[in-house]
Amino acid sequence: MKKITLVDKGKLEAIAIGGAVLGSGGGGDPYVGRLMTNQCLKNAEPVKVIEVDELDDDSLILPIAMMGAPTVMMEKFPSGNEFTQLVSMMERLMQKKVSAILCIEAGGLNSTIPFVAAAKLGLPIVDGDAMGRAFPELQMVSFTLGGITATPMAMIDDKGNGATFDTISNQWTEKLARALTIQMGGSAMVSLYPVTAAECKKYLIKNSLSLIHYIGCIVKEHSFNAYLVLAKELNGKHLFQARVRDVERTAGEGFTRGVVKLEGIGDFVGRNAKLDFQNEFLIAKEGEKVLATTPDLICLFDANTGEPVTTEAMKYGLAVNILGLPCDPIWRSKEAIDLVGPKYFKYNIDYKPL
Amino acid sequence: MIRIGVDVGGTNTDAVVMQAEKFLGGSKRPTTPDILSGVENAIKATLKQATIESFQAEALIIGTTHFVNAIVQRKNLAKTGLIRICLPSGGSILPFADWPKELVDSMNGNFQLVKGGFEMDGSEIAKLEEKEIIDALEKLKVLGCDQIAISSVFATVRGDMEQQAYDIIKKYSPDTNISLGKNIGGMGLLERENAALINATLKPLAKEVVDSFEDLRKKLNFNCPMFFTRNDGTLIQASEVIDLPVLTFACGPTNSMRGAAFLSKEKNALVVDVGGTTTDVGEVKDGFPRQAGTSVTVADVRTNFSMPDVISFGLGGGSIINKESPSVGPQSVGHELTDKAMVFGGSILTATDIAVSYGRCKIGTKCAPNVINKDEIINIIDQMVEDRVARARTSSQKIPVIAVGGGSVMLAEEIDGLEVIKPPHNDLANAVGAAIAQVSGQVSKIVLIENKIDRATAINQVTEEAKKLAIERNADPKTIKVLAVSDMPLSYLPGNNLLINVTVVGDLKMESKS
Repeated sequence: MKKITLVDKGKLEAIAIGGAVLGSGGGGDPYVGRLMTNQCLKNAEPVKVIEVDELDDDSLILPIAMMGAPTVMMEKFPSGNEFTQLVSMMERLMQKKVSAILCIEAGGLNSTIPFVAAAKLGLPIVDGDAMGRAFPELQMVSFTLGGITATPMAMIDDKGNGATFDTISNQWTEKLARALTIQMGGSAMVSLYPVTAAECKKYLIKNSLSLIHYIGCIVKEHSFNAYLVLAKELNGKHLFQARVRDVERTAGEGFTRGVVKLEGIGDFVGRNAKLDFQNEFLIAKEGEKVLATTPDLICLFDANTGEPVTTEAMKYGLAVNILGLPCDPIWRSKEAIDLVGPKYFKYNIDYKPL
Repeated sequence: MIRIGVDVGGTNTDAVVMQAEKFLGGSKRPTTPDILSGVENAIKATLKQATIESFQAEALIIGTTHFVNAIVQRKNLAKTGLIRICLPSGGSILPFADWPKELVDSMNGNFQLVKGGFEMDGSEIAKLEEKEIIDALEKLKVLGCDQIAISSVFATVRGDMEQQAYDIIKKYSPDTNISLGKNIGGMGLLERENAALINATLKPLAKEVVDSFEDLRKKLNFNCPMFFTRNDGTLIQASEVIDLPVLTFACGPTNSMRGAAFLSKEKNALVVDVGGTTTDVGEVKDGFPRQAGTSVTVADVRTNFSMPDVISFGLGGGSIINKESPSVGPQSVGHELTDKAMVFGGSILTATDIAVSYGRCKIGTKCAPNVINKDEIINIIDQMVEDRVARARTSSQKIPVIAVGGGSVMLAEEIDGLEVIKPPHNDLANAVGAAIAQVSGQVSKIVLIENKIDRATAINQVTEEAKKLAIERNADPKTIKVLAVSDMPLSYLPGNNLLINVTVVGDLKMESKS
């Protein structure tokens, strides 16, 4: 894997595709984020990507992300002024100048959003993230495991309304921030988990931006065979090749839950599998045998085009290849499994590493 | 009711005459560079064959590729400016994002952003200001824009700000030509706005096309109204095409699927339309093509107007075969099949030659070539089709596959375990689809489900809106039925927000002829 140091429009396209792969079916379409960044990069220098070690230990790093419904972002785009305001709110709270931007979620839309902020502010972006994939709730980051709090957190909407949060736990931050997101019109920009370079180093999932760029390049180059190359390169496992035979969705508590039934094709003829998803694909099973569970990544690829497929695109007849990718080792401790394992999502099965 | 259906394709122009459900006659003529003389030839031949006089016709219905071709070739495009009602939101992705530069240049694409728009719950992002709209208009006019498109955030939830802007401009400058996004696309600001821009830039051409068809109608002594077919297989009045040409953009595949369903009398089926170079595979439900769910890229621009979910791939009657390392297409001899294919005495081995030599059909003027590995090649062809048919299916139900189009003779008797039907007149399915088109209404909205309004009520409300729309478009209220209802919860948001889509259709209401 080649490390990226400068991100221009071309590289960003690969990053958006790689981000969709690590989205594990969720996190929203990175298309909107890519367009936003393209626009920024038109009038700005390419974004510099740095290693966290290049920063002084006490430098301030600000993660930036979008919170809310990606569907809303398809209709109402950010104003583009959010990032400057967010960062100045955070600098005021932290009483310190920011040195670099961080991507908190290298999956889905949030894989490209931080590049917009970095391009806009002329700041470098740290090569890494705090999930190594997409997760639905804001406490589901490696920083939570290190006892780092999400707050002080700032949130801002497209109209220029800002809010800051000071809470007793990351779960509370999630609850309050989610509620305010609705009032702000369904999507908002946030900066949370402000960290120093020293703190960041300990819990950062390193080089995930280089990784999604690399994944994107593989998908572009190998199209429908990409899943095989990715399995080999990323120590993953081709779990299944199948056609979608049924999709059942139920809405509740704001998160869509769904079940996909799959009928094997190719080498998997005569076998059946099942996927559970909420916003991301969470569990893959063949009969009672668990093939993969969260926090490992279950990534689906259109068998004909090789493009990553989201949970929203699941429909009868779609032929897919299912790739299991091991999550970052940080997610495999007992504490981490409590935070992001199958039981947190109310599935009564144990996590078994891929 | 006697209807004439015409389909102008890239290679051929087809025409048919239908009386209610009955096929009275049809013919195929080469599409001419001026389009109209090809249409005239096809209509004349058809009327003659059906022994019908033009004055007997009660509707003349046209499906044409004029507009999509203009965009693809970047020709005859009007200078167009966009007013997007969005500020303070929206600035992070400006209009024309991700468009091919030459297309923007060839239509002198410009834009202005103004305050306004709605949140998903219908509350205002900001107030619309009359002065700001007029300033934006003036700026665009200075930049040379003759056509104006207007888009607004969540116009699918509330369209009134677009309407307000329209009224302001019309009051200030009555001659301004305006295209509104809400009339054209579904959810997704950029895609809807793109559709409005494409629409705006096509308007002068649309006027020209409609006028010339109108002249032809008179010349051929039709005294019935003329309609065009929309992307969703329903009708639009000729006068409406002048305002909304983009709605007829992708009618070709739709007409062929509708025609296939009609000719085979199968309302739920898969349709495989094999042309000379490409094959389209889609599904019809209740006689209408299943619509693509998300965005559709047309001529390199991402849009989201309602289009059939069609899988196109490079297989046709003229596909060139490489028998050494066996492969089929995507190169094709196209409309030169009858000169170049071996069964017509030519020297190029095509898919048609393989089909004849394998015994699937008998066509041509010469004997089929002897191809040693014909079994292997026909197998490749069958696999190509089977794979797409399997993808186009949406259930395990055993529905038939309807094969239409000139190249369909090469298809097997069974595809993906489904029976293949080749209905009579299948080579004219497109024109038949045009002749039988109905009227539709479609509405797409995000609704918050809570105590006051449950899911069923919300769907009912959206359905009523769709019906109202269909009636406005001349549907006979008595014949309106709901064609499709879908609802999808929005992810990552608490509260139960549903994206509801409803489509209804009805028969065209005509002044009865004495």
